Amino acid sequence: MPRIQLENLTKKYGNVEVLHGIELDMEDAEFTVLVGPSGCGKSTTLRMLAGLESVSSGEIYMDGKPVSHLEPKERDLAMVFQDYALYPHMNVARNMSFALRLAKRPQKEIDAKVLEVATMLGLEDYLARKPAELSGGQRQRVAMGRALTRDSGTFLFDEPLSNLDAKLRGQMRAELAVMRQRVRKNMVYVTHDQIEAMTLADRIVVMHSGEIQQQGTPEHLFKHPVNKFVAGFLGSPPMNFLDVELHYRDNQVFANGKGFSLRIDADLAARAVKQSQRHCTLGIRPSDLDFDANAGNNAALDLKVSVSEYIGSQSVLICECGEATVTVEVKSETPIALGEVLRFAVRSDAIHLFDSETSTAI
Amino acid sequence: MAPAAIIMLIALFYPLVYMVYGSFRDWDPSQRLSETDFVGLANYVKLLSDEAFIESLTVTLTFAFVVVFFEMLIGVGLALLLDRNLRGMSLLRTLFILPMMIAPVVVGLMWRFMYHQTDGIFNRWLTDLGLDRVDWLGQHALTSVIIADIWQWTPFIFILSLAALQSLPRSALEAARIDGATGWQQIIHIKLPLMAPVLIVTMLLRLIDAFKVLEVILVMTEGGPGLSTEILALRIARTAQEFRELGEAAAMSNYLLLLLMVLTLAMFGFTRWQEARAQKLKMLQREEEG
Repeated sequence: MPRIQLENLTKKYGNVEVLHGIELDMEDAEFTVLVGPSGCGKSTTLRMLAGLESVSSGEIYMDGKPVSHLEPKERDLAMVFQDYALYPHMNVARNMSFALRLAKRPQKEIDAKVLEVATMLGLEDYLARKPAELSGGQRQRVAMGRALTRDSGTFLFDEPLSNLDAKLRGQMRAELAVMRQRVRKNMVYVTHDQIEAMTLADRIVVMHSGEIQQQGTPEHLFKHPVNKFVAGFLGSPPMNFLDVELHYRDNQVFANGKGFSLRIDADLAARAVKQSQRHCTLGIRPSDLDFDANAGNNAALDLKVSVSEYIGSQSVLICECGEATVTVEVKSETPIALGEVLRFAVRSDAIHLFDSETSTAI
Repeated sequence: MAPAAIIMLIALFYPLVYMVYGSFRDWDPSQRLSETDFVGLANYVKLLSDEAFIESLTVTLTFAFVVVFFEMLIGVGLALLLDRNLRGMSLLRTLFILPMMIAPVVVGLMWRFMYHQTDGIFNRWLTDLGLDRVDWLGQHALTSVIIADIWQWTPFIFILSLAALQSLPRSALEAARIDGATGWQQIIHIKLPLMAPVLIVTMLLRLIDAFKVLEVILVMTEGGPGLSTEILALRIARTAQEFRELGEAAAMSNYLLLLLMVLTLAMFGFTRWQEARAQKLKMLQREEEG
């Protein structure tokens, strides 16, 4: 349950630096999710924390003590791997008890602990089976179980659900969330799936090309992304981006694009004026567009519906807006016809503006 | 299919049947097989009480098991040591497997020179160090040929073990490190058990080969002194050529063949058992997931 700090952590393979000065503070019993596209350095960061990769420069502190020179076993942590990394020649019980057996704990204690964890994960009927005799979901559970029997201070998860099919992944995600309530430990979780990140995290750390883009609560990151990358990465379907030009008229700011002109809220407008922005990127989430034929000219987009994806109570419309494509999330009962041009109201407080050169939020 | 079967019949079964047939007859090389007398199992029975044959069998068994034991020990040990990414490792690995590529006769000659009583490098070193000479190919002939064979064939075990090691699941080893396993514990609890299938097949292959050893020993000691290094292959050749007992030699060959067959069947049995197990697991899994 230590407080973990990463201080200016870098990783080099030969001359190539893949992590550029990671700074991160993880509080006691916090569920931190490192999320980003593949190759962003999230797994490397986790593996350095685990002690499986060496630290090129910088330091990792656990409760203030530098640990980057320590072996994995001296760091008091347990890890769940993407491919489960079960020992193929040991049965479930022996897989789960391996660490305790190495630590020479009394057999009684080991048996009790294994049974306790196995019961919690619904594995008690499978203790005598080898990993090859289990299904993917069961193997995943054994991997969790092996980590849980350790009673370590820190749990590391390296994309633990990515080898499961979609249904099982949803189920395991829910189970993880439940386990999270019971086990108040420090957990660091790596994933490329933003839904996992949003649902599980106390703190999300979005990474991209070896750097932390932004960190904070899921809600904060969703509502206040600091740049276009974070805005586009979190949320599904992803945020729409439109190139706009800002016009100043009658003390108001308008974002003009091909075929639309949207009035910008006063706060955001003030910031844009301060930075004397002219060309920028407007971001709007698909769920912040509402079908409304009576919406005012400066608070609506006229979109030509080209595809409608029915996904149950909601439908995702893929529309044309000039040369750009805009996705809209609407209730399925909304009366739309393909090829029609419809008017969608834009919630003015949901508009994001990004500098078109640096991509940072205005 | 048919041409292959015909070639198999001619090349493989004809000599085999000829030998088995010959082993039941009292057969001198000057006779044609049809002129020989049928003696039933007499050749086989006679061999069982033939001290020289028993001695030769003992030498062969001792030789085979001792060399395979040490080759496994050293080969696997080296593989465990060298399973890492150091600079120049690929060159080192190539150097390690060189002995295997040298013709056995050359290996035999080389070691014979090195073991030479006065001019051999070992005894020169010993005298330089002020120690007594060792009678390598005399008193310690069996040990000496065993050392030479270990030198030549350890690389075989080494490259196969190394390949097995490098195909082990990396993440399982990482999991073991996180679980607190030391280097030794990783070897004993994870690496060796996971390598076991490859190691067992390697060992059986090597054992089969060790029973058939001939050239190196022929060149180094010619089976001597006395019968101390007379392995079965040599004994068979001598029985046929010097003692002119073709029937007995054939019977001896058949004993050796039986021994090798048991080992080969053991190997096939093992691999088949493994395949069957893998198949069963796959079926089981499909049933559960489907």
